[in-house]
Amino acid sequence: MTDSRDYETIPGTYVYDARRGRQGYALNMFCMSLNVAENRRKFKADEAAYLDGFALTEEQRRTVLKRDWIGMLKVGGNIYYTIKIAFCDGLTFQDVASMMSGVSKEEYAKMMLAGGRSAEGNRYKDDAKAGHSRG
Amino acid sequence: MTRKRAIPVARIVAGIACSHVPAIGVAMDRGVTATPYWESLFKGYEPARQWLAKLAPDVAIVVYNDHANAFSLQIIPTFLIGVADRFPIADEGFGPRPVPVVQGHPALAWHLTESLILDEFDMTIANEMPVDHGLTVPLSITCGQPPQWPFPVIPLCVNVVQYPPPTGARCFKLGQAIARAVASFDQDLRVVIYGTGGMSHQLQGERAGLINRDFDKAFLDGMTKDPLALTRITHTEYMREAGSEGVEMVMWHIMRGALDADAAEVYRHYHVPASNTAAGLMIMENRRAT
Repeated sequence: MTDSRDYETIPGTYVYDARRGRQGYALNMFCMSLNVAENRRKFKADEAAYLDGFALTEEQRRTVLKRDWIGMLKVGGNIYYTIKIAFCDGLTFQDVASMMSGVSKEEYAKMMLAGGRSAEGNRYKDDAKAGHSRG
Repeated sequence: MTRKRAIPVARIVAGIACSHVPAIGVAMDRGVTATPYWESLFKGYEPARQWLAKLAPDVAIVVYNDHANAFSLQIIPTFLIGVADRFPIADEGFGPRPVPVVQGHPALAWHLTESLILDEFDMTIANEMPVDHGLTVPLSITCGQPPQWPFPVIPLCVNVVQYPPPTGARCFKLGQAIARAVASFDQDLRVVIYGTGGMSHQLQGERAGLINRDFDKAFLDGMTKDPLALTRITHTEYMREAGSEGVEMVMWHIMRGALDADAAEVYRHYHVPASNTAAGLMIMENRRAT
């Protein structure tokens, strides 16, 4: 029994399902390699050369080199994996969350301290488009 | 049963539901828990630490998910049990947390493995694996910073990284099977079970930072009022209402299923934010527990 993919109606969310699993394997396995200190050093020394060791698509390479965090999710990145690139850069989860949601670090931190992004107006793509967001 | 038991058996005495936000571990490791940002979160953990120290369980089963540390996408076990006698601390990409190595309980872990598989829960078995913040942060939250963890731990991993995770209903039934398995182990052990992860949070996409207090409160209340109703929450509902990573809350159902139907809530703490997450903690006790 396959569940309907009704989660596709949630705005600003990239569920790592079978489709993305097929698309993103090599990208995520590159990220996984950064769990080893020596690999982090090699990656930082020459990012493009290090990426040659993994079968990434051109677009996946671009998103990694540009640190296009949303772009990575769109080409099969899984957040628990892509965040390892951020750790390698000395960034925190909150830094990356602010970049993905398109606001400054300060603005994002302020939103979280005020109780986070509201679910109101953020449940369905249509709500978000209609500008009901109070987040 | 009227006949007095001749053989001592293990039993589950309590359950702990607990978020495992990595930043909480980092705050402890860096000694910044008394700062204005963290103070009220950690103050709420104090009663839980006192309760657990007094309970002094013999062993803990910690239900958590690995975050691309012990396992990659190469092999993705839906349910896995760790049977080793020790579990090293994983390097998650910024060096291992400075916390004690986790001691296992191979005798009970192997008993659980056999019992669960014969009870139709097809566990993957791990003889060697590092453990990440999913397991160590709940230990830090509830035990503080001792030189050694106060009890051995059986790690039980659930996949929530690759969609779909197991359903809440399946998790609850696994918890019930764990309770049966523990009760058939012929050693006098008092066992606690942790269900970790959650509560509402979204770490990815333009919608990152989503928090839903109403959902979280209803979920905490439901743990005692109607836990079976909670098991019917679909993955899409978790993701829509509690954020894409809020689906981790399926793991709480394993803890809840392992407790008696009438288990009582003895403590809760809820705080927003811990980094990107709503941090929840709930302690439940079996009424007939001793």
